[in-house]
Amino acid sequence: MPAYKAPLRDMRYVLFELLGGDDLTSLPGFEDFSRDTLDAVLEEAAKICEEVLQPLNRSGDEEGCAFENGVVRAPRGFKEAYETFREGGWTGIACDPDYGGQGLPAAVNTLVEEMICASNLSFGMYPGLSHGAYVSLHGYGSDELKQTYLPKLVDGTWSGTMCLTEPQCGTDLGLLRTRAVPNGEGSFQITGTKIFISAGEHDLTENIIHLVLARLPDAPKGVKGISLFLVPKFLVKPDGSPGPRNGVACGSIEHKMGIKASATCVMNFDGAQGWLIGEPHKGMQAMFAMMNAERLAVGVQGLGLAEASYQGATAYARERLQGRALSGAKYPDRPADPLIVHPDIRRMLLTQRAYIEGSRALAVWAAKNLDLSKRHPDPAEREKAEDFIAVITPVVKALMTDLGFEATNLGMQVFGGHGYIRENGMEQFVRDARIAQIYEGANGVQALDLVGRKMPAHAGRFLRSVFHPISDHIAAKKTEPALAEFITPLEKAFVRLQQATTFVAQKGMARPDEAGAAASDYLRLFGLTVMAYLWAKMAEDCLPKAEQDAFYRAKVGTARFFMERLLPQTGALLQAITSGAKTTMAFEDAAF
Amino acid sequence: MAEIRKVAVIGAGVMGAGIAAQVANSGAPVVLLDIVPPGAENHDAIAEGAVAKMLKTEPAPFMSKAAAKLVVTGNIEDNLDLLADCDWIVEAVIERLDIKQALYAKIETHRKKGSVVSSNTSTIPLAKLTEGLPESFARDFVITHFFNPPRYMRLLELVTSDRNDPAAVRTLTDFCDYRLGKGVVPCKDRPGFIANRLGVYWLQTAVVTAFDTGLDVEDADALIGKPFGIPRTGVFGLLDLIGLDLMPHINASMAASLPPQDPFHAMNRPAPLIERMIKDGYTGRKGKGGFYRLNREMNKRKEAIDLRSGYYRVQKKAQVEAVKDAGRDLRKLFEHDSAHGRYAWTVMSETLSYAAMLVGDAADEIDPIDEAMRLGYNWKSGPFELLDRIGIDWFVARLEKEGRAVAPILRAAQGKGFYRIENGQRQALTLAGDYRTLHRPEGVLLLADIKLTSKPVLKNGSACVWDIGDGVLCFEFTSMMNSLDADIVLLLNQTIELVKKHYKALVVYNEGSNFSVGANLGLALFAANIAGWNEIQGLVGLGQHAYKSLKYAPFPVVSAPAGMALGGGCEILLHSDAIQAHAETYAGLVEVGVGLIPGWGGCKEMLARWQSLGKIPKGPMPAVSQVFEYISTARVAKSAAEAREMLILRPGDAITMNRYRLLADAKAKALKLAEDYHPPEPPTYVLPGPSGKVALDMAVDSFVQLGKATKHDKVVSGVLAEILTGDGTDPTETLTEDRLSELERLGFMKLIHNPDTLARIEHMLETGKPLRN
Repeated sequence: MPAYKAPLRDMRYVLFELLGGDDLTSLPGFEDFSRDTLDAVLEEAAKICEEVLQPLNRSGDEEGCAFENGVVRAPRGFKEAYETFREGGWTGIACDPDYGGQGLPAAVNTLVEEMICASNLSFGMYPGLSHGAYVSLHGYGSDELKQTYLPKLVDGTWSGTMCLTEPQCGTDLGLLRTRAVPNGEGSFQITGTKIFISAGEHDLTENIIHLVLARLPDAPKGVKGISLFLVPKFLVKPDGSPGPRNGVACGSIEHKMGIKASATCVMNFDGAQGWLIGEPHKGMQAMFAMMNAERLAVGVQGLGLAEASYQGATAYARERLQGRALSGAKYPDRPADPLIVHPDIRRMLLTQRAYIEGSRALAVWAAKNLDLSKRHPDPAEREKAEDFIAVITPVVKALMTDLGFEATNLGMQVFGGHGYIRENGMEQFVRDARIAQIYEGANGVQALDLVGRKMPAHAGRFLRSVFHPISDHIAAKKTEPALAEFITPLEKAFVRLQQATTFVAQKGMARPDEAGAAASDYLRLFGLTVMAYLWAKMAEDCLPKAEQDAFYRAKVGTARFFMERLLPQTGALLQAITSGAKTTMAFEDAAF
Repeated sequence: MAEIRKVAVIGAGVMGAGIAAQVANSGAPVVLLDIVPPGAENHDAIAEGAVAKMLKTEPAPFMSKAAAKLVVTGNIEDNLDLLADCDWIVEAVIERLDIKQALYAKIETHRKKGSVVSSNTSTIPLAKLTEGLPESFARDFVITHFFNPPRYMRLLELVTSDRNDPAAVRTLTDFCDYRLGKGVVPCKDRPGFIANRLGVYWLQTAVVTAFDTGLDVEDADALIGKPFGIPRTGVFGLLDLIGLDLMPHINASMAASLPPQDPFHAMNRPAPLIERMIKDGYTGRKGKGGFYRLNREMNKRKEAIDLRSGYYRVQKKAQVEAVKDAGRDLRKLFEHDSAHGRYAWTVMSETLSYAAMLVGDAADEIDPIDEAMRLGYNWKSGPFELLDRIGIDWFVARLEKEGRAVAPILRAAQGKGFYRIENGQRQALTLAGDYRTLHRPEGVLLLADIKLTSKPVLKNGSACVWDIGDGVLCFEFTSMMNSLDADIVLLLNQTIELVKKHYKALVVYNEGSNFSVGANLGLALFAANIAGWNEIQGLVGLGQHAYKSLKYAPFPVVSAPAGMALGGGCEILLHSDAIQAHAETYAGLVEVGVGLIPGWGGCKEMLARWQSLGKIPKGPMPAVSQVFEYISTARVAKSAAEAREMLILRPGDAITMNRYRLLADAKAKALKLAEDYHPPEPPTYVLPGPSGKVALDMAVDSFVQLGKATKHDKVVSGVLAEILTGDGTDPTETLTEDRLSELERLGFMKLIHNPDTLARIEHMLETGKPLRN
């Protein structure tokens, strides 16, 4: 099993050097955090991830969760690890201090999440879902509900779930059937079946708080008739402790390709007592409150797994001796050269690395905007940050999970046949990464969100938050010869993105199929161009320091590789996009 | 009487005063008389007050201040002698036969022989009005029924008798047509004539049916509105405009004059809620509100009345599944299995059946009925055009299924329909079941007619070019709201090349409700949002080039606007050799409203006009100040006459009063210019430079301090001042037209980069209102 060392040097670089951690700590509410405290958080997080979570990753995968008589047991060691994690305060680092949280910036939390996902994604699902429930409840719950439930969710003694999916409906929540009937005492009886519920049932916490989407008796049809309810596994007694069992039970758990240590449950609600969160029929709104943060978090899952895979692949490529370098032996004293001398191995490692570091910069940029959108004193700046989050969220989610899957796959490839063997741990990353492309809104749906909702909104205003910084940057740096190797390819990609955007906006307005057929390619083109912008900035930033410092030197080298070997994809993507929907849509249904 | 030179209007109420204003708008002198108010010191108080009030009314009854000066006010006790040289005397006094007839007797003794006398009555038959009056009077008497407001409503119903002299009727008709710009529809001497006869029935049916079914007024208006090409106000919104208190009077008058078998009586049922509303002062927009109101106690909350409970509630957005499901398919709407579908069917089937019944009663033919509803009620299509859209056979079958009466004209139409094109000519069905050809009057040329029989010479997604005969092409905008975009510019370039080779002249004209509202802001904003600066700059340059090519083309270009001609739509006028404007043209350079400046030559053309034609002091500054004031305040001319005052129209440009005659007039003008055409000499400019800019900046600063200009106004005005003062030039230098174009381009690009400008554009697109940031 590959070792994992949190990439703290690069994390610090992105947080403090590239994206200016200082303006983060000057935001209202963050004044108490110094660079040192944030640094300490990263270091402590690295410690618990490396020492407590990562050692359970393979065993958890092998053992999986156990289901017996409605009871779910997490794999061996998980309960103890959770207890350590909880006692360390990690369940509440990004939560509201009014409810016992530490109120850390999202930008820092995102890096902690990366470490958790890299070391043990299955484990991370349990606190991760709790956090989603926390966000919705915090945003829309009544004071009474918040007082009762939030402190326990924040300190991790209770965990949470998000119950959306039903057997007949996933992406299309308008088809939802679970019913909620008022019981006359201010609460409701919830009845229905939910599937694919992560952390729906387990033995890590003393209570589980389900947030459930259901319909009231007078609800309008479709998504406009959905309300959100809080349904605890154990009803809470007046003193705040768990009381009698509520009418909710786990029917079974799924047998999955990956994240096997995360319990994915069928949850049966049978007249369970629940409380309305927010207004009747406005459940989707409360749900979307957590969506941006959750989608960002799923994107980070792709990043974390890619990093773990890269570390494994790099170590293996250094020590595994196989063949000779094409240009002649590099290590003549050894029986063969290590893998790392081979161009194709280097191609794979550099591809992983360029995607990983680009994704990390993108994730922190997005998370920083989450912080700005909530805390910046100037409303115009808050709006700008919100616009940016609106447009970048589907890109972060889909691009980073797609690249996460590609990168883990490359990491497995570096291992050759050994990558296919379970004991070596590399194939688990691939299996675990695969789900991130699917859940929390499949990547195709993210692409539709980007072209169908985010692109046309306010005649393209959301796009401005991305396009203007890139355009301004190109205009400002175009004349600097030293930067030409980065700015020229960036400009090429950017012009392609503009062309594709105009094409999709115009064609899509007249014929929605055109936008739909272009969507996934467009999202990738969009994401790679944004990444190119970040790479150009990183290269410019590191270039003057490259000679003295290997870290900066590697950064510049990776930037070059990204610009020259990865970014040219954008040309093919533009061509595919502008070829239009005809070939896709004209094909007869019966011929498939 | 060969011509009408002077007019008198007696009765200075809303209608009389408005008719007098429109006569004045046509350039003819007009006498406006009313009674002497009891005990008044100023005998002319009523007429004078009416004119004074009209000068403050919006939308304005007068097209210019000059027009107001053509009105001579007086009273019927002291000033009847003023009638002596009037060729037409309009009576617009209270609807009482005895009062009208007493007035006629007085008129008869003062008017000149052969003058025409008309009544603006809407309810009293002509036969009744002339009863007992001498033959000499009856021979010269007709009914001219205007619609309110007389300047803006295009319908004029004309009722004549066989005693009239056809030549005099012709003269009057021509005056109303050419000079007052009205669509004159001859009506028979029947109660309510055509438009109100049908319109009142339609409204009454819609009201009682809504009460019967307890529909929400918003839904009723959404149903009996847009889907049928009826204005958005629908039924209840329209009643609020007309005034609820007027309805009982109109209904009573209809009920008294219509024969007992007329279906109107069945619909004329009392509505206790409306009676109560009138009693409480809820008479519509002129009162405390009507079916809709703004609740001032609740922070101007929009409310609507609930027809069942009679209480006001928060106004809702109409949610009519039936309309959504049906789309443009009216049958689908009628067949929609819902209260809404049934309401639409009941109201419109009653209305259309009633319209059919009027053929042979209020009018002998179907086309005057359609025309009356189009011009008098602003319906996009008249009832018979609607029936053609619905399908006559389906309509009759459903009436029969419901056991309802089927009017003879409906029977005649079965299997064929009401209108057809035969050998390139429009024809209308007659009661006898055959078709008669519809001839446009001489001097009326409509693009709509040309389209029936020919194909465009050039065409793309945003514009079309038509051959309108005699070597003249017509350039038509066809984009959404006739907004200007790259496609229009491209086709304009192609058109110029084509005219050069094969034609004599070009007319820029269209039949949309507005000539052009300016550049397509949605596209511009999207391009700006994705930082498509090259694309935007390219389009600015392309537009400048195309407009300049138009200006210096070796053939005459005449632009013929009607309605709004804003921004780029105004700039194309400024680059034409001549403008033939409809009187109701609203032109202006409004770019600053969205944080921009005119970039397609608007600045340079207005400057050139004021430098050469403005009656202003000498020196470089006065013209600059004048143009700066217009553009920086986004001033829009509220009529073609005002556009002339602003020098958007030049002395050689002309105004057409009747919308139908605009294209023919423009074409005639273009052909006239083509006889001996030389492209214009390029203007040169002497501009004040930095000192002028300082003066303009100071003026803006004072507005900012007074709170009359905003932060971003100052930025935009600053850029405008830079262009108009010649950016760093000085009065010893002479600048070319191209240099000014370059300054416009630079200024435009500077502003489109500004987030405050982008916020303005977005706000305009999303709310239709300017953002004052």
